[in-house]
Amino acid sequence: MSEIDAGMVVEEIKERDALSDPSTAGKQIGKARLRKEDARLVTGQTTWTDNIILPRMAYLAILRSPTAHAKISRIDVTPALQRPGIIAAFSGRDLAAELGSLPCAWPVTADMVHPAHPPLAVDEVRYVGDAVAVVVGLDRYQTADALDAIDIDYEPLPPVLDMEQALTDENLVHSDKGTNKCFEWPLAGGDIDAAFARADVVVKRRFVHQRLIPNAMEPRAVVVDPMTASGDYTLYSATQIPHILRIMLALTTGIPEHKIRVVAPDVGGGFGSKLDVYAEEVLALVLAKRLSRPVKWTESRSEGYQATIHGRDQIQDIEIAATSDGKVLGLKADIKADMGAYLQLITPGVPLLGAFMYAGIYKMDAYSFRCTGVFTTKTPTDAYRGAGRPEATFAIERIMDELAFELGMDPLELRRRNWIATEEFPYASIGGLTYDTGNYEAATDKACELFRYDEMRAEQSKRRESNDPVQLGIGISTYTEMCGLAPSRVLGSLSYGAGGWEAASVRMLPTGKVEVVTGTSPHGQGHETAWSQIAADALGVPFEDIEVLHGDTKVAPMGLDTYGSRSLVVGGIAVHKAAGKVVEKARKVAAHLLEAAEDDLDFEAGTFTVRGSPESKKSIQEIALATFASHSFPDGIEPSLNSDYVVDPENFSFPHGTHLCAADVDTETGRVTIRSYVAVDDVGNVINPMIVEGQVHGGIAQGIAQALYEEAVYDEAGNLITGTMVDYLVPGAADLPEFVTSRTETPATSNPLGVKGVGEAGTIASTPAVVNAVIDALRHLGVTEVAMPCSPERVWRAITNAQAAKSDTAKSDTAKSGGTK
Amino acid sequence: MIPAAFDYLRVQSVAEAVEALTEHGDEAKLLAGGQSLLPLLRLRLAYPSVVIDLDRVDELRGVREDGDVIVIGAMTTHYAVIHDALIKEHCGVLSQVTALIGDPQVRNRGTFGGALAHADPAGDLPAVALALDAEMVVRGPNGERRIPAAEFFIDYLQSALGPDEILVSVRVPKLVGQWGYDYQKFHRVAQAWAIVGACAVVRRDNGSIAQARIGLTNMGPTPIRAAGVEAALRGADAHGGQLREAAELAAEGTSPPADLHGQPDYRRALARILTRRAVEHAVGR
Repeated sequence: MSEIDAGMVVEEIKERDALSDPSTAGKQIGKARLRKEDARLVTGQTTWTDNIILPRMAYLAILRSPTAHAKISRIDVTPALQRPGIIAAFSGRDLAAELGSLPCAWPVTADMVHPAHPPLAVDEVRYVGDAVAVVVGLDRYQTADALDAIDIDYEPLPPVLDMEQALTDENLVHSDKGTNKCFEWPLAGGDIDAAFARADVVVKRRFVHQRLIPNAMEPRAVVVDPMTASGDYTLYSATQIPHILRIMLALTTGIPEHKIRVVAPDVGGGFGSKLDVYAEEVLALVLAKRLSRPVKWTESRSEGYQATIHGRDQIQDIEIAATSDGKVLGLKADIKADMGAYLQLITPGVPLLGAFMYAGIYKMDAYSFRCTGVFTTKTPTDAYRGAGRPEATFAIERIMDELAFELGMDPLELRRRNWIATEEFPYASIGGLTYDTGNYEAATDKACELFRYDEMRAEQSKRRESNDPVQLGIGISTYTEMCGLAPSRVLGSLSYGAGGWEAASVRMLPTGKVEVVTGTSPHGQGHETAWSQIAADALGVPFEDIEVLHGDTKVAPMGLDTYGSRSLVVGGIAVHKAAGKVVEKARKVAAHLLEAAEDDLDFEAGTFTVRGSPESKKSIQEIALATFASHSFPDGIEPSLNSDYVVDPENFSFPHGTHLCAADVDTETGRVTIRSYVAVDDVGNVINPMIVEGQVHGGIAQGIAQALYEEAVYDEAGNLITGTMVDYLVPGAADLPEFVTSRTETPATSNPLGVKGVGEAGTIASTPAVVNAVIDALRHLGVTEVAMPCSPERVWRAITNAQAAKSDTAKSDTAKSGGTK
Repeated sequence: MIPAAFDYLRVQSVAEAVEALTEHGDEAKLLAGGQSLLPLLRLRLAYPSVVIDLDRVDELRGVREDGDVIVIGAMTTHYAVIHDALIKEHCGVLSQVTALIGDPQVRNRGTFGGALAHADPAGDLPAVALALDAEMVVRGPNGERRIPAAEFFIDYLQSALGPDEILVSVRVPKLVGQWGYDYQKFHRVAQAWAIVGACAVVRRDNGSIAQARIGLTNMGPTPIRAAGVEAALRGADAHGGQLREAAELAAEGTSPPADLHGQPDYRRALARILTRRAVEHAVGR
């Protein structure tokens, strides 16, 4: 229980690095290098936004609505000004002109209903946690206390909580809009009516994705440092998107873009929740400007539960049509997606990110999709790890199990009969995408072997026969996803407000060291390590000689940030390409220094050698120094080994894999215990297997969390009753099984490194695997569905109800047969 | 969240603590390990004007033997309880249960006495204290008195401690003879409160059950003894079908709460199952 000795931790990390891979020389891609950033991240010897303390800094506290829906009939902030240490207090009306409306960058349809989203509510509050007034003071505690002094009266309006009821427009979230329907967005491929007309079997199910709270380890925080004399503003924020934030702040506040610098210091996780432009960022900027002093705001965890975006919250009506021998013909998906009270940055686009993936890895003749966005008086939703794709994958992987049951077929066999065979790639999916590569057979075979699928099935039968109180269920998820957001032309066709490119710069310094500048914005992913591995191989310099710079619009001016498993597939490729350009520049210098033709030079492991005379060579470090001096350079050679590159991806990437889950279900208590979990993922070529492993572990944990533990629950008045971690159950290491992970490696063909991305795969794959296992354990008892999260009480009730229904049926059968006698 | 303002008082002895309580009465809260009080302060569910910190009161820490009784100082941390040899030897169920409380951080800071004085029916230790027939030693301005566990838990988050009294130690009778025990904690994630918990402490005599004491967690506003089960188990064959029948009585006389993790009917079902399992384990089945 002593304090952490930072030095010791650093030493240990170094030791483990040496152990992990003693040959630190040579090719770096594919090596399990320990993460460069971890020494400072795990010791805390770094800058988190909340660590920043500036001279004359004041603290911002926010009064939030305690009610789901109400008119603000009266508000008086002046009593707060009488409190000690308070320097300013404002209501929404006071600041309305300066604050503007928070942006939504994804108007998914031309007629999308897009209500104003004031950072501080002006006349009406629309969810518990909606900001209504601000207080700025010299001390964080005094400022928080002063919120109590604000005088405010609410005139209650009816809350709007249930999506289907909301669509009746009986009570409106935004009365000026006349409807709670935000948009309706369709997608279709093939002749769906014909496919269903041909079917022997149609299975229809409703799946509900509960609301989830993202729970990044670091809460949100923002600090704004105004330089009033020059009109320059530096905004530090725990954000995933410094570049997008800068543009959006300029458009929202009217402060010119070139006068805003956004810094994302080290950021402790996001899972999509920091992929946004938040009220507090705008408020801190506007208040710092108005008060001419730095302003800081740091979220508390329970404040974050209300004021940071939520994820999921969809109702899916899914229908699948098939022949009696198990050939899938078509799929219909009718989705309702809860927007919450307002549209955040990409709220309406989230279900669209899933729209293309409902067919999963399967061939079929027709597909139809429709999504209806709905406003409710709840915290806005937005992208949460996987964003639309976990929902799509859950729907197809769950309904494949239901179809298998209807057909009396092993669910694995049904999948085999329908998936795209490896020789059929590239494959134009019914969802309208071109899957470049895949090998579902290899991943599934490997997973089955590790899982001992047949043995597990045999044990399951035994337990069923012996009527064991603990039943065994086997859950399958053969998923794919689309990553590497995104080809700009595709985003354009979907009406998204920006492109999907990514930028990198590589600079050789005079002493042979290297700076890599990336437009991605890591918040836990390990880009500093992975980008170093990529640049080290391209330049032939040691991994240790590379510094990766990011997360500051002054240092890395160009970028589109980190989300959607895009960083490696787009940003990593930009690093690779920029480094390649540096090598070509160095080649010119080497040719000059070695008095040889460029074409006669071989470049390997960081050294140019004149072909045929191995003693005639120059290292890239020597070339860097010579370029710095540039004493004898002839005309036409630029004295620089710096290069930039911007990648716009030609296609998405399509990681896939097979996850198998064995769950013990205690039929007496309803408790589900995951007994074994096998994940075989194909994320293409791997830069750093340890980082991939970490992403897979965390992703599976988060998917299991949706399946079994987490749910944001509102009561009938619209209060979030899972308002703290006491009630919102985030599973910890003690609650999760040991994961057995493995990979197959089928390189992507759409980028030169053959990589696919791995940030969301685990989350996308695991939720249906776990729920399928739960249902599989109980199917023989008559259970067909358990709502997520599959809590012990829900499982217990499902069993109890199924047993009651069975005994009812038995009774009525007896009665009937009695009657015929 | 940020707590409301309060005065902070650090005392060095039980006498000083009692003096401070006498002065501030209801306005004061004792701070032991802080694992219940600090969240209440941060969420502004508690507004004491004075917080009296017991951290420096060394006389409240430690475990000792007093004849047939183990005496556990109120400020003994959960971590210390788990690793104490006397407790392991003479009332091992406390080691088992304490290891299930919260997470390592909570167990390092949280205290045995604090968990009992907080009188949370969802806490694990109150039901176990009942099942062990423990006795609370409390001190106030008029000196020391002892309160049996059965009389200590009065209502939800309310103990028999007066506003000027402090829990000093807990006296736990040693389990002498053929005792077995088990605690079945049913919770959704490792650091969560029990939805229901069942503690069985059972003495066998020649293959039958001579005495059984069952404490239930979170089956009402206070921890309670499952008296019906205890009576039905007396004299029962430790390996016969009577155990199951007796456990069916576990929910009798309970008034379990309804919350996100369980409605009352589910909690009653759990109480029956967990009691059966706890008794089975306690008799070595």
